[in-house]
Formats: sequence, structure tokens, C-alpha cells
Amino acid sequence: MRHVLSVLVEDEPGVLSRVSALFSGRGFNITSLNVAPTLEAQVSHMTITTRGDEQIIEQIIKQLRKLVTVIKVVDITAVTAVERELVLLKVQAGDENRAEILRIVDIFRCKVVDVSVDELSIEVTGTGEKLDALIKLMEKFGVKELVRSGVCALKRSIQADKV
Amino acid sequence: MQLMGAEILFECLGQEKVDVIFGYPGGAVIDIYHALPQYPIEHILVRHEQAAVHAADGYARATGKVGVSLVTSGPGATNTVTGIATAYMDSIPLVVITGQVPMPLIGNDAFQEVDIIGITRSCTKHNYLVRDINDLASTLQKAFYLARTGRPGPVLVDIPKDILAAKTQYKPITTPVKMRSYNPTYTPHPGQIRRAFKELSKAKRPLFYVGGGVITSNATEELSWLIDNCHIPVTATLMGLGAYPTHKPLWLGMLGMHGTFAANTAVSTADVIVAVGARFDDRVTGKISAFAPQAKIIHVDIDPTSIQKNVTVSIPVVADCKEALQAIKKEAENNKDICWEEKQNEWLQDTVSWKKEHPFKYIDDEKIIKPQYVLEELQKLIPEDTIIATEVGQNQMWAAQFLQFFHPRHFLTSGGLGTMGYGLPAAMGAQKAFPNRLVVNVAGDGSIQMNIQELGTLMAYKLPVKILILNNGVLGMVRQWQELFYKKNYSQTNIAESQPDFVKLAEAYGAGGYRITEKSALRETLQKALDDPRAAIIDVQICPHENVYPMVPPGKALTEMLLI
Ligand SMILES: Cc1cc2nc3c(=O)[nH]c(=O)nc-3n(C[C@H](O)[C@H](O)[C@H](O)COP(=O)(O)OP(=O)(O)OC[C@H]3O[C@@H](n4cnc5c(N)ncnc54)[C@H](O)[C@@H]3O)c2cc1C
Ligand SMILES: Cc1ncc(C[n+]2csc(CCOP(=O)(O)OP(=O)(O)O)c2C)c(N)n1
Repeated sequence: MRHVLSVLVEDEPGVLSRVSALFSGRGFNITSLNVAPTLEAQVSHMTITTRGDEQIIEQIIKQLRKLVTVIKVVDITAVTAVERELVLLKVQAGDENRAEILRIVDIFRCKVVDVSVDELSIEVTGTGEKLDALIKLMEKFGVKELVRSGVCALKRSIQADKV
Repeated sequence: MQLMGAEILFECLGQEKVDVIFGYPGGAVIDIYHALPQYPIEHILVRHEQAAVHAADGYARATGKVGVSLVTSGPGATNTVTGIATAYMDSIPLVVITGQVPMPLIGNDAFQEVDIIGITRSCTKHNYLVRDINDLASTLQKAFYLARTGRPGPVLVDIPKDILAAKTQYKPITTPVKMRSYNPTYTPHPGQIRRAFKELSKAKRPLFYVGGGVITSNATEELSWLIDNCHIPVTATLMGLGAYPTHKPLWLGMLGMHGTFAANTAVSTADVIVAVGARFDDRVTGKISAFAPQAKIIHVDIDPTSIQKNVTVSIPVVADCKEALQAIKKEAENNKDICWEEKQNEWLQDTVSWKKEHPFKYIDDEKIIKPQYVLEELQKLIPEDTIIATEVGQNQMWAAQFLQFFHPRHFLTSGGLGTMGYGLPAAMGAQKAFPNRLVVNVAGDGSIQMNIQELGTLMAYKLPVKILILNNGVLGMVRQWQELFYKKNYSQTNIAESQPDFVKLAEAYGAGGYRITEKSALRETLQKALDDPRAAIIDVQICPHENVYPMVPPGKALTEMLLI
């Protein structure tokens, strides 16, 4: 099953390679990994999406906690409220396709961030599924470049839980 | 006080009460060696950096203290890797200090530069590159703290040469280490202890399965109390030998691939197993799906990753073995009405008869010297406080099977990594710690050649380690697998032809050299060698195709063991 782990780490040199080496060294699977600073100096936040049965996920969490630079690990799979990814892509957009592409951009609430004679650069955020759907649509026009951020997730807050 | 980085290092080692370090000099650490004579720390100059780490490891296992080694950058650092991995697999506390090229040169493929932090990331508990002289003291303090607390392990500190040579204001750190990202759990959850005790008090066929963690946490007294008062039979892993005296009635012998019939049958039939400081290694469990099929498992371990890793556990207890066993003992003291012996009576009789039916045995010969016989004879000649180190292979298994272990920290062996070449330097480290005790390295003729150069160190520091080579002329353990599972295709396991004359080799170093070829001369020559005040090699020519039994074939269940 797919799991989303929220991981707080000390922001030290090498911390990312400690985490990624743990996954590769022990044969765990990483679907995406995202690192960014937090509001607190010297602390970074990682969102890791991974796959495995219950026993493997339990090992992954325990092994992460065992790393000396890891402060906290929470499996937020069951409690994620919002999950977003960002995609930037460059699509072939000659005169014959431009109008249709712009219509899709509209439907998917994307933004056009760069334009040239025969290309459009598009920015879009959303869930993985939405992005997959968009990419599929764009592929028929010819996607020239694509970058994808990996998942960012926020835990549902407690009040919202009660409602 | 203004001090150089190299001096701060020694101030810190002094604060950690380090009295001996094992090392080898080079360009990147020459400042450390320059400062060394000012300080009351003894330095043992080894002949190879791998041995510096194994020696620190042997010192740590024998004393319970943190072992320290010091090496230069580049090749000095890479030579430590096998030693570090060996200590990591067996959870041994070490601090390994490596020199590094100066900070401005890092990343430039400078002379003798390697990324030892990257290389050792997966075989250290943690490692540090010191980037600022003002962090040096606090980093070393953290390194010692991490090495010895929680699940112990090796910690590497990489120090660039310019930091060693720089000066800064130094004030000893007087506050204890605090790290919010590292807080091992020592005290067991009371509810889990109650649950565990309840299971034990109901059990008809309870069994203790103990490992290296009991020795690490100095919990042998608590363990003995529980076993003796609750009449629960006990088995141990290779790493747990010495946790419970091997001559006592409730001792079933080691379990696992080369364990006893009694121990392997007991785990396979027990209804409650208390695993204490043991990690369900595949050498222990055999075929995992057939392991302990009837048992509820209570697992005490300080490292949560050890629990539920290989087997399903009914009652996990994350704690220090000593504290957990104390807590269980308290429960037992508060429940005096339980008639342990009575409720377990049948089980106790079964285990006794298994022990009687199939002890470790071998077919002796009138002329040919059997290795098991050598070890039985050795046992008769050595005092109870003898420290035994081993190399790896058949020699190691025979030592585990045919010697007696009365105390913890008396048996030094590479279990998890199985590092040939471990025994001699480890014995050296233990002998350094205990100059007045007998230290014997039980060796194979293959393994001993992996760190034989340390004979030089033994002689230089008058460390009278006795090296007992069970010389079969082959890489015996591999040969055994070839014989049993690879159609007797003895590919590349014969080393008899080019074997050195071990007696002459010993003599070349100024050590004692003894050869035993006749069974009738065994005891006398052995005694003579043990009485030699120098280090000595005893080369015993044993039967070249003797195998280790029992043996659970790889992938088979413990109940499918091959007996002799
Ligand atoms: C040729 C060869 C053959 C072998 N055959 C066998 C065999 O037949 N039988 C056998 O048993 N082994 C055998 N071994 C050894 C085997 O590979 C393992 O090293 C060994 O079984 C592991 O022992 P252990 O479970 O006690 O774990 P250790 O490696 O000693 O681990 C200790 C455990 O205790 C925990 N711990 C540490 N400190 C504490 C503390 N303070 N409190 C609580 N817990 C703590 C750790 O987290 C860890 O989980 C063999 C090795 C070789 C090289
Ligand atoms: C460094 C290293 N290389 C290879 C091995 C694989 N290995 C395990 S036991 C063994 C044979 C050991 O031979 P020897 O030291 O003569 O001991 P014996 O088994 O004959 O007692 C080998 C090669 C190992 N454990 N360690």
C-alpha cells in the first residue's frame, strides 16, 4: 500500500543521503521525496511517499527513527487532509492545437507561465491523479519537457476531525 | 586556554577516561601524533589499520568500555572499514578517529582523500565530519555518548588536518549531551512487563533465548536469578555465550545452525519464548516460517527495529535488558505462590533428556587429532577467567561448542559479519586490557593469515596472546558446505600447499612456536605453550576433513538438523 510519511530532520550536511541510503541499502521503495526548510532554523521537513506491506512500513518508520539526525516520523497516510504536487511542463503548441490546449489549461486550472511561437509552458498543482490525467491529455500534443515535484502533504487538523 | 585541535582531541579523550588507543600514523594525523607524548594516553602502534579497529573492538568487548582507534586519511581510513562493519553488526561501542585532508581541499581529489563519511554511513551508528574547530569538543563528546548508549555501535569522527593544526580557546564541556533526535528507551513499559510475566506464569513450556544484548547491558545476574528461581531452561546465541554459565543444569547449549539438539528442539516446542537482547538472526532461526511454531514470543530489545523484523512478536518490550529483567524479577518476587517447577515439570524432564540424548559429540580417533578433542584438552588446562577470541569458520563453531563459558565478556567472536582475521587483533586488545589474564585466540589456518602481521604488535608490547591454530590445511567451513551441498566440488578451498611454517614464522617475530602432530604429545605441548611468557603460536595438525555438527542445512527448519 502507498504511505505518506512526514519526517522532521536536523538540517545537517548529509542528512538527505542518510535517508536515501537507508531506503536503497535496505531495499525499501521510494516513490517520491521532498525536502524543504521549516519555520524553525536547523530543522527540515521531508515528505516521503513509499510503498510496502504493513510489516515493511513499520520497519521503514522504525529505521528512520533510528537515524540519529531524524527528530520525528509520522505516518500521515490515514490523516492527510491535503496532498498536492506541482508539475511544470512544456507542450508543443502550433496554431492548430493552441486553442484546445488553452481550453484544457482552463478546465484544469493550470497557469501558462511561458509562451513562444510553437510552445506553451504550463504550471499546475493538484493531486497525483489530477496531474496524471492532465499529462495524459497533453501527451497527444507532444510534451517536450516535464518536471514533477513529488508530494507535499498536510495533516488534517484535530478540529476538522470532529466535524 | 588556547589549544590546537590535536590537543583538544586528547583533552576530550582524557575526559572520556580513555587510557589506551590503537592506531597508525600518517600525514593527515601527524599533528595528533606530535601532541601524543604530552598526554598520559597509551598508544598501541599496530601493523595494519584493520587490526587497530579489531583491537579496539576486542578491548571494548572484554571491558565494556568504548574502544578507540586513530588512523590517517585515505588508505588509513579505508583500511578501517571491515573493522567498523564488524563492530556495527555486533553492536560494539567504538570511536574511530580518522584524519582528513584540509577543509579547503575536500572534494578536490586531494592526495589521500576519500569520502570516509560516505563510505561508512551504512556501517556506523553515526559519523561526523568536523568542519569547525569550535565544534570539535562537542562532536567528540557526542561520538562517545552515541557509541556507548542505547544499542551501542561504532561512531566515526573525521577531522581535517587544518582543524587539527588550528588553535582555539578551549574550555572542557561539563554539561551532559542532550540530543532531541536521539533518546533511547531504557525503562520498560510496566503494562508490557505485567503481560509478559502473566504469559510466563501460565506457560507449560517456557524458554529463555538470550543474546548479545544481555552481555552489553551487564544483565547476567538478573538473568541467572530468573532462570534459577523460575526453573526456566535457557539457550543463547553465539553472541550470548557467557550470559549464563554453561555448566549449569538449565543450560541447553547454543541454538541455531550449529546449535545443540536440545536447544533447537526446545525452541521448536516451547509455548512461551522470552527473547532477551537477541535479534532472530537467520543463523538462529533457520527456515523462518517453521521457527518456534508453537510459541508466544516476548521480545526485549532496546532497538525497536530489532523487534518484529524477522518474526511476529506477541509482547514487544522496548527496553534495556537489565531494567526489563529487573522488572520481571520484581513480578516474580511479588508472586511467590507460583509453583514453577511443578507446572513445568514435564518440560524440564524433556529438556534434560534431550540434553542427555544428544550432547555435542564427535567421533574420536586413536591417532588423528580431532579439533574437538584439542578444545576439550585446552579447557582442562586454562583458568576460569581465560578470555577466548576466535577467528571465523569451523574453528569458531568448535570453540563455541566445546569450550565452557562461565562469565560474560570472556568470549570474543565476530558473529554478525563473520570476519576472518578478527581473532588475533581482538585478542590483542583484550590482552592489553587484562595483562595478567590468559588470552587464547582459537584460529583456523586460513583466518590467521588475514592479520598475522599483528604478531609484530604482540611482541612490541609484550602481549602474550596464545594462538591456537586448528590447522586442517583447508578453508574448512567453506569446504564443509562444498562437501555437503555442492557435490564435493572442492573449488579453491585447499590452502595446504603453500602454507607457511607457522613455528618458524612465530620464531621470526621472536614469539614462541609449537607444533603438535601427535595426539600423545598434545597435552604436554599445549601446557608448555601456555606457560610460555611470550606470545606463541601452537600449530595443531588436525584431521583435514572434520565437519561441524549438528548442522541445520541452509533454508531448512531447526528440527531438520543433521546430527553426527
Ligand atoms: C560461521 C558462523 C556460524 C554461525 N552460527 C551460529 C549459530 O549456529 N547460532 C548462533 O546463535 N549464531 C551463529 N552465528 C552468529 C550469527 O551470525 C549472529 O551474529 C548471532 O546469532 C546474533 O546474535 P544475537 O541475536 O545475540 O544478536 P547481537 O548481534 O548480539 O545483537 C544484540 C541485540 O541486542 C540488542 N541490544 C543491545 N544492547 C542492548 C541493551 N542494553 N538492552 C537491550 N537490548 C540490547 C540489540 O539491539 C540487538 O538486537 C554464526 C556466525 C558465523 C560467522
Ligand atoms: C574476510 C572473510 N573472507 C571470506 C569469508 C568466508 N569464509 C567463511 S569461513 C571461511 C573459511 C575459514 O577457514 P579457516 O580460517 O582455515 O578456518 P576453518 O573453517 O578451517 O576452521 C571462509 C573463507 C569470511 N568469513 N571472511
